[in-house]
Amino acid sequence: MSVGGRLENANPVIFQRSGERLMTASEEDEDVHDPIDDREIFDLIRSINDPEHPLSLEELNVVEQDRVKVNDVESTVGVEFTPTIPHCSMATLIGLSIKVKLLRSLPDRFKINVHITPGTHASEEAVNKQLADKERVAAALENSSLLEVVNQCLCTKSI
Amino acid sequence: MKDALSLVQRISAHPDSRCWFVSWSPSGTLLASCGGDRAIRIWGREGDSWICKSVLEDGHQRTVRKVAWSPCGNYLASASFDATTCIWKKKNDEFESLTVLEGHENEVKCVAWAPSGNLLATCSRDKSVWVWEVDEEDEYECVTVVNAHTQDVKHVVWHPTQELLASASYDNNICIYREEDDDWECRATLQGHTSTVWSLSFDASGQRLASCSDDHTVKIWKEYPGEAGQGNLSWKCVCTLSGYHGRTVYDVTWCWLTGALATACGDDAVRIFKEDESTDPDQPVFSLAAQVSKAHSQDVNCVIWNPKEAGLLASCSDNGEIAIWRFHEED
Repeated sequence: MSVGGRLENANPVIFQRSGERLMTASEEDEDVHDPIDDREIFDLIRSINDPEHPLSLEELNVVEQDRVKVNDVESTVGVEFTPTIPHCSMATLIGLSIKVKLLRSLPDRFKINVHITPGTHASEEAVNKQLADKERVAAALENSSLLEVVNQCLCTKSI
Repeated sequence: MKDALSLVQRISAHPDSRCWFVSWSPSGTLLASCGGDRAIRIWGREGDSWICKSVLEDGHQRTVRKVAWSPCGNYLASASFDATTCIWKKKNDEFESLTVLEGHENEVKCVAWAPSGNLLATCSRDKSVWVWEVDEEDEYECVTVVNAHTQDVKHVVWHPTQELLASASYDNNICIYREEDDDWECRATLQGHTSTVWSLSFDASGQRLASCSDDHTVKIWKEYPGEAGQGNLSWKCVCTLSGYHGRTVYDVTWCWLTGALATACGDDAVRIFKEDESTDPDQPVFSLAAQVSKAHSQDVNCVIWNPKEAGLLASCSDNGEIAIWRFHEED
C-alpha cells in the first residue's frame, strides 16, 4: 500500500531474519509444562507483512525479540514496535495487526499491550492510546474493509 | 475486610462473544444484556435462578454497546456500533422494535433516559451528544446536538432528579449540560483524569458524581452550587481512588440504597468501596470494602447495583458472561 502512489519510505534498511527456534529436550517432552516465552510471541509476530513493502516486520526491524516481554504467570504480553520513519502513517495499522495477531493466537487470559518504542514516532501517544482502547479496536475490526487490510498483513508466507 | 461479595449465579449470556453491558429494569426484576453478537437478552428470576426470557435480535447490524430502560420500564433503548439507536416497546413479555433513531455519523456508544422519561440522550465516536424529545405518540425528535468534546464520547448519564446531563470522553474530560432557552449547553467541564473517562454514576442525591478512567483511578466530584456564575456550574474533584485498580476501570456504579460504590476493571476484578462515616463532605474518604480478584476470566466491562434489592449486583465480561453477586455488609 502506498500514500498518493509514492512510498513513504522508499528505501528501508533491511535486516537479517533470525533463525528457527532451537528446541530443547524439555520443550519436546509433552509432560513438562512450557510457559509462553518471549521467543514464542516473537515467532507469532515476526512474519506479519509490512503494509507498505513486500517485507516482514522482522526484516524491517519493526519488531525485535528484545522488545517483547511476556509474563506467563501474570498473563501479560507487552510488545513495542518501531516504525521505520517517525511520520509513518501506517503506525496504527501495524500496531493493530500485531494486536489482532496476538488476540487471535493467545489464550484469552492474556492482557496484551502493544506500544510504539518510546521516542520513535511523532504521534506516539495518540497511536498508543488508540491501540489500548478496546472499544475502538472492536469497532475497527467490524469494519470489513479495514479488517481485510489487517488480514492481508497477517496472511503469512512461509518462513 | 469483613464485608464479602458472594457469587449468586454465573450465566453464559453472549457465548463466543463479548458482553459489553448489563442494565436492571427500574423495578429490579429484569436484567437486559447486550454484546458483540448484536443481540440483546432479557433475564428474569425464576425461583432461585436467572433465566433468559427473551432475545432481541435483528435490531442492529453491529455490536450492541449499551442498553437503557425507560423510567417506566416499558421501553428499552439500545445503542450500537451500526450508528443507530433502537427503541423497543415491551408488550407483556415480548419486545417489539418501535423506532430507529438515526443521525450519528458512526458508532453510538451510549444511550440514557432522563428521569422524566421525556428526554433521551445519545453519544458517539462522532464526538457529539444528542438530546432527543419523546412525545406521547412515541415520536422522537432530536432537539439538540452538542459538540463540547474534542474526541469520542464514551458515556452519557442523567442526574437522578433534575434535567442535568453528564458525558465522559476519550478527551479525558467530563461535561455537564443544562437546558438554556431550548438549547442544551455545556455548563461545566471537569478536568482531572489523565486518560479516557469510560463511565459515570451519580449518587442518589445527584450532588456527587463518580467517574472512572483508563488512568486506573476513580474520582468523586461534588457540586458547589452558585460558585461559578453566569449560568455555569461548579463541580470539583473531592476524592481520587488510586492504587486499587491494576488496569483500565471500565465502569463505576453508585448504589442509591446503600451508598456503596462498585467498579468493573480490566484486571478482571470487581471491587466495592464504602464511604467512611463522619468524614468531611469536602474531603470524603472511601475504603475498599470487598473485592473479587478473578470475578471473571477476562476484563469486567460493567457493574450495576439492583435498584430495589440492596446489595444485589450484576457484572459482565469480555468472555460473554454475566455474574450476579450479593454484597454482605457486616457491622
